[in-house]
Amino acid sequence: MPEWIAACATDDIDTEDVIRFDHGTQTFAIYRSPEDRFYATAGMCTHEHTCLADGLVMGDIIECPKHNGRFNYKTGQGKGAPIIDNLKTYPVKVEGGTVFIEA
Amino acid sequence: MVIVGAGECGVRAALALREQGFTGPVDLIGAEPYLPYERPPLSKDIMAGEAEPEPRTIASADRLAAAGIVFHPQRTVSAIDRAGKQVALSGGGALAYDKLLLATGAVPRRLPMAPEPTGRIAYFRTFDDALRIRAQLVPGKTLAIVGGGFIGLELAASARHRGAGIVVIEALPRLLSRGVPEPIARRIEARHRAAGVEFVLGTGLAAIEETAAGVRLRLADGREIAADFVVIGIGAVPETSLAAGAGLSLDNGIAVDRLLTTSDPDIFAAGDCCSFPHPLYDGRRLRLESWRSAQEQGALAAANMLGAAEAVSAVPWFWSDQYELTLQIAGLPDEGASIVERESEGSLVLFHLKPDGRLVGAAGIGPGNAVARDIRVAEMLIARRAHPDIGALAKPDFKLRSLLAA
Repeated sequence: MPEWIAACATDDIDTEDVIRFDHGTQTFAIYRSPEDRFYATAGMCTHEHTCLADGLVMGDIIECPKHNGRFNYKTGQGKGAPIIDNLKTYPVKVEGGTVFIEA
Repeated sequence: MVIVGAGECGVRAALALREQGFTGPVDLIGAEPYLPYERPPLSKDIMAGEAEPEPRTIASADRLAAAGIVFHPQRTVSAIDRAGKQVALSGGGALAYDKLLLATGAVPRRLPMAPEPTGRIAYFRTFDDALRIRAQLVPGKTLAIVGGGFIGLELAASARHRGAGIVVIEALPRLLSRGVPEPIARRIEARHRAAGVEFVLGTGLAAIEETAAGVRLRLADGREIAADFVVIGIGAVPETSLAAGAGLSLDNGIAVDRLLTTSDPDIFAAGDCCSFPHPLYDGRRLRLESWRSAQEQGALAAANMLGAAEAVSAVPWFWSDQYELTLQIAGLPDEGASIVERESEGSLVLFHLKPDGRLVGAAGIGPGNAVARDIRVAEMLIARRAHPDIGALAKPDFKLRSLLAA
C-alpha cells in the first residue's frame, strides 16, 4: 500500500532544482519547479540507472547527468533519445514546510 | 530513404525520419549480425561486469518493425550508383534511394607491424571484439595495451576490475594528448597507477612478435615487454571507402557542409565518418567520434534529408568512465588560450577561454557525476558564445547556473 513519506523540508531544495531522497531500497528525485511547486519521480534514469538528482533542472525538464536523456519531471514523459521508457512519478503534498511523497 | 550503417548515428537517423513524419520506405543496412547496439558499454560495463555479455540493443526488432524500418543485418553496400540513385548490396540485390545517408562510422587505425588481428592481437570496435578481449581478462594474465587513448584506458580500468595485469604503451609523453588538457590526463594516469596499471610513456613500438607462450613487444629504445595478449587502440579512421568509390569529396572523412550534405546533394553523411564546418569555431572542420554527436548528427541528417535545411550547431560533448571517475568535455579545450580552474572535493573542472574571455571549452573530472552539472552549464555558455566572469568560474561554491540568467 502506498503511504505518505516525509521526504525533505521545502527549504532543502532551491527553486528550479532537484535533490535525491532514499527511502528503504528505493531512490527518488524531489523537484522544486520555477513556479515553486514540488514534484517527485523515480530517482534513477530509465536509460542507464544514473542518479537524476545529479542532473540539471531546466524549466519542466530534468536532464540526466550522464547521457543527457531528458524527462518532463511533472509528467514523467521521456523526451527522445536515448530515452525509451518514461519515468515514474509520485504524488506530492506539502504540509508545514515538509514535502511528502506517496510511494 | 536508405541509411548505410546501423550504429548509433544510423539508427537515430532512421527513427528520426519517422518521428518527423516521413511515411515512405526506410532501409537501414548494418554490417554486423546483431540488432543495432550501443558501443560505449563495450569497454565499460560489458567488459567489467560479471553478467554474461550481451549487446545492449538501441532498438529492438519490435521497435524497428513498429516504425516500419527495414533492417538489413550482416550486409554492406559495395557501391553507390549516383546516376541511377541506387546502392548495390553485398551478396546481391540493390536498393533505390531518393536520399542516401552514409553513417559508416570509423574503423580502428591499424598498426603497420600488426595490420590484422591474430590469435593474440586484437583491435577493439565491435561486440565480437569485446567478447574476444574479455575472455583474456583473468587474474595472472598480462594484457598489453598499445595506445593511451580513451579506448585503451577504459579497457585498462575494466581489465583491472577483472584482475588482469595491464601495461599501457604510449608513444607520446603523456596520455590522452588529443583533446584532454594535461592536468586532467595526469589525474587519470595517477588513478590508473593506483590501481596497479603500468605505463610506458614516450616510447614507440618497434615490433610485435607472437611467441609460443604469448606476445613480445619490442620498444624503440630496445626494451622488451612480455604479455599474454595485446589490444591495439591507437585511434580510429573514418570509413570512407564507399564514399571514395562513388567519387564524393573527402577531407578527414567524408566532407559535408553545415547541413551534412556531401558533394552530391542527394547523399548525406553523419557521425564518425564525416567532417563538417562548425559555426562556433569559425567554420573549423571537425570530425567528432562521440556517442552524443553521432545521435545529434543522425537526427539532423534525417531532418535535412526531409528538406529542413538546418545547420549543425551542437556543442561537441564527450564522456569517459574509468573506475569511479567520470570525465566530461564540452566544446574544444584546444581553442582556448587561457585556463580557469575550479576545484572541489576531488573534482577538477577547467574552463578554456579565448583571449577576449569567450568560453570555448570545458573539461572536468571527478567521482560519479560530480562534474556533470558544471560541464552542462559550460556547454550552454559555450553555445551562447558567452564571456563568463572568471572569478565566478573559479569559485567552487558559486552556482554556475546563475551565469545562464545573465
